[in-house]
Amino acid sequence: MRRIISVLMENEPGALSRVVGLFSQRGYNIESLTVAPTEDSTLSRLTLTTTGDDHVIEQITKHLNRLVDVVKLVDLTEGAHIERELMLIKVKAAGAQRAEIKRCVDIFRGQIVDVTATVYVIQITGASDKLDAFLQAVGEAAILEVVRTGVSGIARGEKVLSL
Amino acid sequence: MLSGGDMLVRSLQEEGVDLIFGYPGGAALHIYDALFRQKKVKHILVRHEQAATHAADGYARATGKVGTVLVTSGPGATNAITGIATAYMDSIPMVIISGQVDSSKIGEDAFQETDMVGISRPIVKHSFLVKDPRKIPETIKKAYYIASTGRPGPVVVDIPKDATAPDQTYEFEYPKKVKLRSYTPASKGHSGQIKKAVQLLLAAKRPVIYAGGGVILGNGSELLTRLAKTLNYPVTNTLMGLGCYPGSDNQFLGMLGMHGTFEANTAMHHSDVILAVGARFDDRVTNTPNKFCPNAKIIHIDVDPASISKTVTADVPIVGSVGSVLKDMLEIIEGADEKPDATALADWWKQINEWREKHGIYTKNRFSTEGAIKPQEVIQALYEVTKGDAYVTSDVGQHQMFAAQYYRFNKPRRWLNSGGLGTMGFGLPAAMGAQFADRDAAVACVTGEGSIQMCIQELSTCTQYHLPVKIICLNNQALGMVKQWQDMQYESRYSESLYEDSLPDFVKLAEAYGHVGIRVTKREELKAKLEECFSMKDKVVFMDIAVDPSEHVYPMLIAPNGSMRDMWLSKTERT
Ligand SMILES: Cc1ncc(C[n+]2csc(CCOP(=O)(O)OP(=O)(O)O)c2C)c(N)n1
Ligand SMILES: [Mg+2]
Repeated sequence: MRRIISVLMENEPGALSRVVGLFSQRGYNIESLTVAPTEDSTLSRLTLTTTGDDHVIEQITKHLNRLVDVVKLVDLTEGAHIERELMLIKVKAAGAQRAEIKRCVDIFRGQIVDVTATVYVIQITGASDKLDAFLQAVGEAAILEVVRTGVSGIARGEKVLSL
Repeated sequence: MLSGGDMLVRSLQEEGVDLIFGYPGGAALHIYDALFRQKKVKHILVRHEQAATHAADGYARATGKVGTVLVTSGPGATNAITGIATAYMDSIPMVIISGQVDSSKIGEDAFQETDMVGISRPIVKHSFLVKDPRKIPETIKKAYYIASTGRPGPVVVDIPKDATAPDQTYEFEYPKKVKLRSYTPASKGHSGQIKKAVQLLLAAKRPVIYAGGGVILGNGSELLTRLAKTLNYPVTNTLMGLGCYPGSDNQFLGMLGMHGTFEANTAMHHSDVILAVGARFDDRVTNTPNKFCPNAKIIHIDVDPASISKTVTADVPIVGSVGSVLKDMLEIIEGADEKPDATALADWWKQINEWREKHGIYTKNRFSTEGAIKPQEVIQALYEVTKGDAYVTSDVGQHQMFAAQYYRFNKPRRWLNSGGLGTMGFGLPAAMGAQFADRDAAVACVTGEGSIQMCIQELSTCTQYHLPVKIICLNNQALGMVKQWQDMQYESRYSESLYEDSLPDFVKLAEAYGHVGIRVTKREELKAKLEECFSMKDKVVFMDIAVDPSEHVYPMLIAPNGSMRDMWLSKTERT
């Protein structure tokens, strides 16, 4: 099953490599990973998506917790949560294609953020499956380049991940 | 005002460090100079950095204190890696200080630069790179705290040379306390879980206590012994746990696992409740995990939550320090009206005693005492001559398993071996560490002619520091354990497990270092020569004992796909 694990950790050099190293060392896979400092500059927040059965996920969370740099973590997929990813894609946009792509962008509530005579750069945010759907809709032939940030997420309601 | 180097040494003094095992080099020279100018912290110059880590490790295992290592950058640091990994796998508290190139040169492939924090990352509990000298005291405090608390382990502190330079000085203050918001080791176990565990334990009809190295690390031996005695339940130990329960006690079934006793492995298989304490269900214990103890409910006490339900699912997991949890359990048991089912327990003991009679290694010798000396006999004699009271270190191979089986350890911290990583070369330097821990004690390194050559250079360190360790070399002329597997699985094709007459004369070699060498080839002289060896209290003695090269270690769990009751009992006999 796909899981989103959100980790609050010390904003120290080497902390990220310990997290990433843990995954390769123990043979767990990372599908996406995002990390940035939080409003408290001594802390970073890292979000990663991974897949595995309950046993594997339990091991992952236990081993992450064992890292001295990890302050707290939560498996967001255990409760109601919001998941977002941002994608920038560069597509061929010439002639009749231009209107077609524009319509598609509107349907997915994206934005065209750069335009040349033959190319659009489009920005889309949403859950990862929405981004996948957009790529399908545009079609492989038109796509020149895709860049995705990886998933970040937050729990719904009162629940917070903080010190 | 102190330089970074002086602050480091002062911090070690404040931490109560009395011994450092190390080896100097360019990036560590400021630190070595700071060591020279003081008396409190004594430095032991080994002959290879691997030995520094094993010696510090042996010292830590024997005392329970944190072992300390100091090495230079580059090759000094990489030579220490095997010993760090050894300590990591066995959860031994250790702090490794490594010199690093100047901070301005990091990343430039400078002379003797290696990314120590990177290289050691998967084999340390934590690591620090200290670029700012002002952070040295605080980092040292944290390093010792992390190494010694919770599930212990090695911590690397990498310090660039410029941070220890004598020309920059700072106000020194050693922190009294550490605060690490992201590190809170478990202490007390959950009281509800503990109650549940006691209920399950008291209701057991065929219980086994399966105790590992965590009991020794957590100083829980006395409590565990009291618990087992109160309940009259059988106890088995892992390779790492030997000595945490008295080995010559009648409730002790011997070691379990790959080369565990018939009675220990069979009792595990047929048990209905297992109390696992400070053990981690290693693959060398469980054999095939899904065939492991099919009828047993498992209570698992461990300080590290990640060890629980990793390979075998626990029915009652208890996260907490072994000492604290056992104390809580004992309190409930001693105050409870319920007692274990006496008839069921009597039946269980009857069954176990039958197993002991049938194939046990303590009821009868299961090896022939004809022809060449058998390695088992050497360990039996060693046990008698040292009255079961020596510190025994070992290397890795058949000799290690024979020592684990036949030396009956009655106290914790007396059996020092590399269980998790299985590092040949561990034995001699670890024995040096143990001798430093207890200067008057008998320290024996049980080794093989293969393993001893992996750190033989330390015979010179023994000379320098007057460490009268006794080397008990079971010389079977081969990488015996490899050869045993080749006999069992590769139709005796001895691919690279023999030395073709190239072994040194160990007696002369010992003498060259200023020690005593004794060669033993006859059964009749074995005991007398061992007596002679241990009577030379201030000498290193190298006992080169010719043992039967064809001997195998049994029992041996049958893999793959075997359960714990599936064992080879001899070359021809299986369960
Ligand atoms: C550093 C290292 N290299 C290789 C091995 C694999 N190994 C395990 S036991 C063994 C043979 C050890 O021979 P010896 O020390 O003579 O002991 P014996 O088995 O003969 O008693 C080997 C090569 C190891 N454990 N450690
Ligand atoms: Mg050998």
